[in-house]
Amino acid sequence: MRQSFIAKNPSVLIFLALLGLFTLAVTILGEGLGIGLISTSFVKTLGKTLCLCLVAIAMDLVWGYAGILSLGHFAFFGLGGYMIGMWLMYARTELIVVESLAQAEIPPTPDEIRDAIGTQIFGVVGGSDFPLVWAFAHSLPLQLALVVLVPGLLALVFGWLAFRSRVTGVYLSILTQAMTLALALYLFQNDSGLRGNNGLSGLQNIPGAGDVPQSLMSIRFFWASAAALAIGYVVAAFVVSGKFGSVIRGIRDDEARVRFLGYSVEGYKLFVFTLTAVIAGIAGALYYPQAGIINPAEIAPIASIYLAVWVAIGGRGRLYGAVIGAGFVSLLSTWFTGGQAPDLNVGFYTVKWVDWWQVLLGLSFVLVTLFAPKGIGGLFDLLTGRRGPDRHGADLGPGAGSFREKEAEQ
Amino acid sequence: MRILVAALSFICLIALPVSAQDSPIQQLLQENRTLIEQSSRRTIGPAIDALRDSGLPAAQAVLEKWQARELWQRKSDGLFFFAERTGDGYRLIDIATGADVGSATGGEIEQLKPNSGIRALIGVALVQFQLTDPDPARRMAALDAIARNAEAAHLAPLRASIATETDPALTSRKARLERLLTISYDDEPDARIAAIESFAGDLGVDARAALNPLVATTRAVTAGDPPATENVARRLAPGSDVLSEAAAHALLVEAGLVAPRISASDIRAALAAHVENGQVGGVPVAELDTDAARERAYAALAAAGLVPATATSAEVAEALSSHVFYERYAETDPRVTEAANAALDAIALKVGMNQAADLTLDALSLASIYFLAAIGLAITFGVMGVINMAHGEFIMMGAYTGYVVQQFVPDYTLSILIALPLAFAITFAAGVAMERLVIRWLYNRPLETLLATFGISIALQQLAKNIFGTQARPLTSPGWLDGSLVVNDIVSISYIRIAIFVLALIFLGLFLFIMRRTRLGLEVRAVTQNPRMAASMGINPDRINMLTFGLGSGIAGVAGVAIGLYAKVTSELGQDYIVQSFMTVVVGGVGNIWGTLLGATLIGFLQKGIEWFNPSNTLAAQTYMILFIILFIQFRPRGIIALRGRAAGD
Amino acid sequence: MTSIKTILASAVAFSALCLPAWAQDTIKVGVLHSLSGTMAISETTLKDTMLMLIDEQNKKGGVLGKQLEAVVVDPASDWPLFAEKARELLTVQDVDVMFGCWTSVSRKSVLPVIEELNGLLFYPVQYEGEESSKNVFYTGAAPNQQAIPAVDYFLDELGVEKFALLGTDYVYPRTTNNILDAYLKSKGIAEADIFVNYTPFGHSDWSKIVSDVVALGADGKKVGVISTINGDANIGFYKELAAQGVSAEDIPVVAFSVGEEELSGLDTTNLVGHLAAWNYFMSADTPENAAFIEAWHAFIGDEKRVTNDPMEAHYIGFNMWVNAVEQAGTTDVDAVREAMWGQEFPNLTGGMAVMGTNHHLSKPVLIGEILEDGQFDIISETDPVPGDAWTDFLPASAVLTADWKDLGCGMYNTETNSCVQIKSNY
Repeated sequence: MRQSFIAKNPSVLIFLALLGLFTLAVTILGEGLGIGLISTSFVKTLGKTLCLCLVAIAMDLVWGYAGILSLGHFAFFGLGGYMIGMWLMYARTELIVVESLAQAEIPPTPDEIRDAIGTQIFGVVGGSDFPLVWAFAHSLPLQLALVVLVPGLLALVFGWLAFRSRVTGVYLSILTQAMTLALALYLFQNDSGLRGNNGLSGLQNIPGAGDVPQSLMSIRFFWASAAALAIGYVVAAFVVSGKFGSVIRGIRDDEARVRFLGYSVEGYKLFVFTLTAVIAGIAGALYYPQAGIINPAEIAPIASIYLAVWVAIGGRGRLYGAVIGAGFVSLLSTWFTGGQAPDLNVGFYTVKWVDWWQVLLGLSFVLVTLFAPKGIGGLFDLLTGRRGPDRHGADLGPGAGSFREKEAEQ
Repeated sequence: MRILVAALSFICLIALPVSAQDSPIQQLLQENRTLIEQSSRRTIGPAIDALRDSGLPAAQAVLEKWQARELWQRKSDGLFFFAERTGDGYRLIDIATGADVGSATGGEIEQLKPNSGIRALIGVALVQFQLTDPDPARRMAALDAIARNAEAAHLAPLRASIATETDPALTSRKARLERLLTISYDDEPDARIAAIESFAGDLGVDARAALNPLVATTRAVTAGDPPATENVARRLAPGSDVLSEAAAHALLVEAGLVAPRISASDIRAALAAHVENGQVGGVPVAELDTDAARERAYAALAAAGLVPATATSAEVAEALSSHVFYERYAETDPRVTEAANAALDAIALKVGMNQAADLTLDALSLASIYFLAAIGLAITFGVMGVINMAHGEFIMMGAYTGYVVQQFVPDYTLSILIALPLAFAITFAAGVAMERLVIRWLYNRPLETLLATFGISIALQQLAKNIFGTQARPLTSPGWLDGSLVVNDIVSISYIRIAIFVLALIFLGLFLFIMRRTRLGLEVRAVTQNPRMAASMGINPDRINMLTFGLGSGIAGVAGVAIGLYAKVTSELGQDYIVQSFMTVVVGGVGNIWGTLLGATLIGFLQKGIEWFNPSNTLAAQTYMILFIILFIQFRPRGIIALRGRAAGD
Repeated sequence: MTSIKTILASAVAFSALCLPAWAQDTIKVGVLHSLSGTMAISETTLKDTMLMLIDEQNKKGGVLGKQLEAVVVDPASDWPLFAEKARELLTVQDVDVMFGCWTSVSRKSVLPVIEELNGLLFYPVQYEGEESSKNVFYTGAAPNQQAIPAVDYFLDELGVEKFALLGTDYVYPRTTNNILDAYLKSKGIAEADIFVNYTPFGHSDWSKIVSDVVALGADGKKVGVISTINGDANIGFYKELAAQGVSAEDIPVVAFSVGEEELSGLDTTNLVGHLAAWNYFMSADTPENAAFIEAWHAFIGDEKRVTNDPMEAHYIGFNMWVNAVEQAGTTDVDAVREAMWGQEFPNLTGGMAVMGTNHHLSKPVLIGEILEDGQFDIISETDPVPGDAWTDFLPASAVLTADWKDLGCGMYNTETNSCVQIKSNY
């Protein structure tokens, strides 16, 4: 019997309701439209956190459901940010340049305007010519299309190459890590045409919206992030709920068996990999205008590893787990590095959290991995009283390490 | 007044017994006091020359002390002294007699600090004294000064000194310098050509430094044929690869032969200056937003005689075709330039070959560093299949061990000898602890091992920061590892890199020995192939896994000491090597030490090769290398040496 | 009753995270330096410097009769986090002034926020110029206060004819090298005699690059190296120089990013004679400097810690700010900014530093030779050089000038006599 999508995924409704309530609460408490109990900077932090939750959902799809531990999804996130950043910088600079040149005695030629924009954008890194990658930067629709296309195409090509050669498991993880490292190193170069280490900055100033205060802008971006997260959650829930979801879970658990059953394993993996790359790109395009600056350090391999850690702590293989993990860890991180956490005095030594937060974080990964592989999401199982089958540690599938009883509990 | 003082001092000089304070050398220095105090290479020349040409016996000593920054000036009266530190003050020594003339505190006297430009000038001035000095070290200093800043005046004294030189090393150096100076400064073309020819195929930088200026060219342009007095290297056709039409036009403009073209910004400025009633040259200002409209307006202005006319394309083409462009040598004697070109050609081939050899050495060295960093991983990842993201932190721990040992054992050689086994012991223990506490529980979940060890990695990094601070710590190599093995001026490699290379070879041997010749190796191989079968044969897989992991970690620790010696010791040291190490192992082929060796060699040579193509951007080399590795893995997913059969696991 | 108090107290404690704070009777000074991540190596020292300066000022009775309160945050070497923390400092903590940033990219990240919220930032590090923000005072060196004098020294004093510009691949070396390239050409150095190389952060394999530099000497010209190599990478670079036996007499190296702090990470016996250009060296022989070093050692509790140029920049910047606040009688940003123009304070190396209306300091330039003990021997000191926000050696910026007092603009085109933009270029 076919169940409706919602009936199979009761968590979707609960999640959407909670997200709606949260958005409403932040709007009321925020500075832009509400009573100002929450500062603009914290609204921005919350908005960015929602984007991180979205990319965590993508990570959960690709890792928790399809079993591909990608250590390169932040590369797609960053690329999305770069694509929107190019338009933001170009359009903002164009406004300034046109206004400035209009004061001159002789009206400027189009070439002069373009040169002046180039000097403004690239002058700081020594140049004024527009590299080829900026060809579409003047157009918002084209650049928005690139937000989806560039990460999608990169994932498609990379995934096709990798899955075609049957690179799996840790090899694939290392390969994706190499990909993001190569991309980060490439962007670090000045010759890449994206301003090297400086990256694209001033992104929070939206062109044409100069009179909108940041307090309002931050709320708008918060809404956009919440909407994107809601849509992303529903799409992801839809993808994993039907037959397609069963196949990709099958691939995770035993790739060879699914292949022998006649499914095109490569095709399924490629689809999930590309889809999640696109989601990551969109999340990035919403994140960086709130962060204000994007530079190559954002897509260093470590960022993608953190992403995997969020999902692991939140609980993989369940979409709300990814959201909880990303939200919880990144907000906690903000709190500890913000210097607001009180020092802990243990008599002979005062623990300054700024110094010890990373140690705590690192050790908590180890503990979660060892003792709570289901992560925070596992707590919900306790509440609902779900139990996994007890097979006394025996394998559930033939592939070494692919699927153990602790993972089989959902 | 000056003359009077000089005359007076001269009278004093002959009439009275010279008191220490107004010795002639002191007076000479006082005369040049402002120049000396000003201490600039641009102006110091006369002061040094005056000392050199004074003929005073103390001149050499004063120049040498001045060069060595041992000349001091008393602030109260401006007199110059040599000074020696005594306790908290200085003992002053007279510059003429060497007699003790009292003492001063640090605040009363000021050290003269000639910069290295002035020190070089002093060195040049000292040549004539030092070239025949009985002390070989001083003669060597004189030769150094000639080698760095040769002058025509050096040639004669250098030639004269060769005959009396007793030290064979110095004799050959003098002979070589004599030939070099002959090339640059001799008057006889035949002697120069002979000297030039003697350097054919010589690899020294100094030889090329003497030859290249002879064949340096400048570009010139004339209306007819070049004057016969000029030594023409070649003629250039405008519009060719070596001389673009724009460059040729620029040469013509520079020579004042044609009018320059007016640039777009100049046109703009000229138009802005001639706005009348909202129009320029009859064109409304608002329409001036295209280049065509601006040219029309400018032409109108030029026609009205308000601005200079710009050179047209036809005029430029006409001028280009009616002039001769050529390169000429600064050296006027064609025989000399011909000989120099021939000698340089002969050198160029050998230089190219030697550069290739040097690049090979560099690549080998880089490969050995990657290999050393990856060999521990080849054991833990390659043999056991455990992804250890904290591997880099084990390397870091080894490097910090080296640093800590140096804090307690000041002798560098001894401290390294202690540090190497200690680093092994510490990281071995850390590896065993990590295996027992964490990895053992995750053998069946490799992806989670990756996460857990990554957690350990960031915790260890932060711990290192908390303990040792964020500054880089010094890890100094022993004196016998300083410097490099120099084959010639092109091919050289530093001893520390050779040591790393040797260490890598030792570990390769050690690995092979342990795996193939010891009981442990046998058991490791057995456990790797089939843990249950191995267990049923009486092997304890837990113990073997623990020892293997410890071994891999211990080797990482030793690698850390070596890497710290050649680079830096910071808490982020491990991060720099972790991704490269993993790629080395993966590219080479997991589970095979020869594969790791090949992988490291491939990566090392590849990186140096790309750097050679694009020397100004090292970052690009790293990017392309990683791209290459990604592509390589697509085509050989199991690496260079792929295991076959049962050992391949899946 | 007590329980209500506890609830209230915890509510206040919680709201510190997300609420704008209300009036207080201290003056808050924000310290925005990375305490973790890659830049912690340099920036932690500056945070300690600020705490020391604030502590000393409080002992002297504070400012305007109020005590100063340091608000330290950790942007963790994460550039977007700099913007976020800056916004937090300005809106949540309500700081009156901020001291912070090290890298150019962190400053560029903070700029839009402080310009939007009209904050005040003192930036203490030498940088590439091409900027003058209404809300930033640049107490580090602009290129004309470090790079140009160092190159002049190479040309005039060392007779260098061929230049190798080695740098880490980021904006400061890129822009500085562009400026130097144009400057060298204006001094008659041919294009072929300028060798440029960029390496990644933390680069350690220097053998080929050093060999390339040595090989530059093959055409008989004296070679000099201008190094804008940053941070840790210097250690490998100098070790390789020493290993290849490159002496300062043959190929002098002048570094713009190597100070006492960086040298403490390596053995300097083989580097004696190589150079660095700064506005401050710890070896400066003045009573102010001796007192500063003594206070630093007492504060940090370690006699071995060195002082360096950005510390002096903070020292000057902080004291100028204190004087400006006293003069203006308020901590209001606009009033303080106007009081800052023309503000004078003695340098630690002697003479007076003067704050210009382009928000850059006028300071003397020192060139030091590395000594065996890791200190610098000051061998050249210029007269005070006013910092130039827009370099004269690049055509695009030669026509620009900054003057906040009379022109009210940080990017003023002198050709068209118009203000290009009031906000900064980020």
